[in-house]
Amino acid sequence: MALLMEGPRHGYQLRAEFEARTGGTWPLNVGQVYTTLQRLERDGLVEGAGEADAEGRIAYVLTTAGRAQAADWFTTPVDKTSDPRDELSIKLALGVGMKGVDIAALVQTQRAATLRQLQDYTRLKRQADEAHDLAWELVLERLIFSAESQVRWLDHVESRVSRALRAEPASATATDADRVRS
Amino acid sequence: MNTAERAVVLELRGVSRVHGEGAAEVHALRDVDLTLVEGELVAVMGPSGSGKSTLLTLLGGLDRPTSGEVFIEGQGLAELSTKQLAAMRRRSVGYVFQDLNLIPTLTAVENVGLPLELDGASRRTARRTALRSLEDVELVELADRFPDEMSGGQQQRVAIARALVGPRRVLLADEPTGALDSQTGEAVLRVLRKRIDRGAAGLLVTHDARHAAWADRIVFLRDGQITDTTASDLSAEALLGSGRHV
Repeated sequence: MALLMEGPRHGYQLRAEFEARTGGTWPLNVGQVYTTLQRLERDGLVEGAGEADAEGRIAYVLTTAGRAQAADWFTTPVDKTSDPRDELSIKLALGVGMKGVDIAALVQTQRAATLRQLQDYTRLKRQADEAHDLAWELVLERLIFSAESQVRWLDHVESRVSRALRAEPASATATDADRVRS
Repeated sequence: MNTAERAVVLELRGVSRVHGEGAAEVHALRDVDLTLVEGELVAVMGPSGSGKSTLLTLLGGLDRPTSGEVFIEGQGLAELSTKQLAAMRRRSVGYVFQDLNLIPTLTAVENVGLPLELDGASRRTARRTALRSLEDVELVELADRFPDEMSGGQQQRVAIARALVGPRRVLLADEPTGALDSQTGEAVLRVLRKRIDRGAAGLLVTHDARHAAWADRIVFLRDGQITDTTASDLSAEALLGSGRHV
């Protein structure tokens, strides 16, 4: 709908523009695009703009209600819909304290993998910068910031876990001492 | 170009460095092997005390290893006298630190040309070569400014120009973007990266993952040992799906 704010588009154009601006990070198939357009038409948010072209494609435009909703989208914050099943968090939560799981190794393996991703994104960003492709660069920066934050979190996990491990024998002794006293 | 075809610029072979003796013995580096080829930027990450600084001082010939060998452009440093080593450093190796890189009473071009003058070049030759090096970091228009007339990012670019002036091909950087804001730091790395791509080798010590990601390889040091190395060679398609062709 946001792309329709710029004028009439048919489904293929919408898909091409979406992918060009987001660097193909979230690929769409054209079937999805047309299904969405039909649903929006049913809800009175878009309508066909005139006749089909020579290839039978109908361009769509926003209705007044659709235009209002698209404008609304840009001014409303995104809901906190973080991945409900963050596999890495689950892995760490289950692994901490489990016999035979080396958390330090787990952290290092993940950190190396994330840094590799960060290197790849950075390389793509250099290319995007040289091509003056701002939209694509912004999407890449989002990925870069998110990978960086994961690395920082992993550094934090590593130091927390090693501190906890160092503290463990001391606390065990204290518990034993308490038991003896009682 | 494949790294196998490129000239080796820096090499550590089985390098260890022990400080102190007996009970006070500290193993700053343990049996480290590391090779950098022309055009390569390697980032070193690791917690404090992991051996990062020792690695830089050994590579720059400022200290000698307890065992193992260091080579700069094929020359083993162990074979050099103190005087020869100093000359080697002037001609081959440049440092970029977090701050205090430049001499405040010299202009940008004089700062960049200084290692050449110290090595016996005439003032005129030094200036000409220094200007070329400033061109490489896109700063030739500020050649006659003093450091305090330049921004932090510009000063770091001057330091990069000096590190790789004339015949110098080895750049050793210790948190070069540490004192800069994120955008400026990135601009400095962009220049550093471009300069290295044109025929130098660089070792970048940083704690910042986003900055380390500009390197071809990231090496992790822990307790004086290299524990991991990451290298990026995925295609964009493999990374992000088939929608994009870069």
